[in-house]
Amino acid sequence: MGADPSRYVESTVVVTLGKGSAAPDWDSFRPPPDGTHPPFDFPGYGSTRLRHPNGEPIRLDPGKADPTDLSGPVFGHGSVRDAEADLTIGAGGEAIGQRIIVTGHLLDAGGRPIPSSLVEIWQANASGRYRHQSDRWPGALDPNFIGAGRALTDAESSYRFVTVRPGAYPWGNHRNAWRPAHIHFSVFGRAFAQRLVTQMYFPDDPLFFQDPMLNAIADPVARGRLVAAYDHDVTEPEWALGYRFDIVLRGPARTPFEEPHDG
Amino acid sequence: MAERALGHTPSQTVGPFLHLALADPAARFAVPAGSAGAVVVCGRVTDGDGAPVPDAVIETWQIDGMFARCPTDAEGKYEVHTAKPPGVPTRDGTPQAPHLAVSVFARGLFDRLVTRCYFGDEAEANAADPTLATVDADRRSTLVADGTPERGYRFDIRLQGANESVFFTL
Repeated sequence: MGADPSRYVESTVVVTLGKGSAAPDWDSFRPPPDGTHPPFDFPGYGSTRLRHPNGEPIRLDPGKADPTDLSGPVFGHGSVRDAEADLTIGAGGEAIGQRIIVTGHLLDAGGRPIPSSLVEIWQANASGRYRHQSDRWPGALDPNFIGAGRALTDAESSYRFVTVRPGAYPWGNHRNAWRPAHIHFSVFGRAFAQRLVTQMYFPDDPLFFQDPMLNAIADPVARGRLVAAYDHDVTEPEWALGYRFDIVLRGPARTPFEEPHDG
Repeated sequence: MAERALGHTPSQTVGPFLHLALADPAARFAVPAGSAGAVVVCGRVTDGDGAPVPDAVIETWQIDGMFARCPTDAEGKYEVHTAKPPGVPTRDGTPQAPHLAVSVFARGLFDRLVTRCYFGDEAEANAADPTLATVDADRRSTLVADGTPERGYRFDIRLQGANESVFFTL
């Protein structure tokens, strides 16, 4: 098995817009408001104790924006097979559990679509067990479920996965600690500045009250964005229940002068 | 159209099971191993006790289109095979020293940490780099990988504590 870098990166997209134009200021990739991201230092999540930096990060000067930060890898269409978006097909048959469709749009904060962006997901099986050597709790393993998938957003900036609803998973963070059912999402966007890893939750879960990961997000409105919406229009009869989960990355807000679909 | 911003999606930790999706062994090669001009950048990721972080993933990105990703092993070590990037100016025309944009994800990190890997054999360019100039002189070395193209470069990442790496906010 050789190393084939073209499997991953086809080219570079460098976002360069002239200074003084009416076009948005891409240099800023405005950070989200306070309370959006959880803080690095959060005692409620024990593993942060030895891993959060003590020092304050240095804010890079937006007036001296680095083209590296404004650009990002472009994943060629041949690099992701359609089958990688279906996590239910195992070597010996179908995975056990409630089949679900998870779909949504990938946008920036100005509402701009981001087509051809790589979305990677991973999750536990229906029993809440990860197919990973570090997960040893007695949730049943499913021989037909590994739990990882990839897709590119399409021309309308939409992604779509078929999987099974993951179970809740116990961990040692606090007494009787359980992670609410969740799917891990890794998203690239157009630029290094937009890179995001997050988790998607389910709307009817009783475990949110004791989960420090969700509750570390100070703004309750922001917290709510991680909870997928059940969408009966996505549900397919006699096939799968549908959930909608839109993802919004950093980007400049629209100005009144902007064309609807530029960039 | 009135100015309107959509609400940003919050970050969450990558968690301990990142290897299910983010550990393809081929991904550490931005260029084929041993190809002309290939350089190796490797290092150890450690925590506030100086202990290895065996469940992190490092991503490197550079202006010439090279992207690589490598999880840390049981000793906290990672490596990427890439080509040394050119130095390109900032948007306002200020020259920069060549560097990698580095993302760090790990269990226990609620968001990506951003750092940069400059090259130890680019002393003149580093001395003129506008971003390195904003860093306290006694911490600048945490952003510079010692080495040469032939021997490879060593870039350790210390998340917390003694000689803690410098991280950036975009």
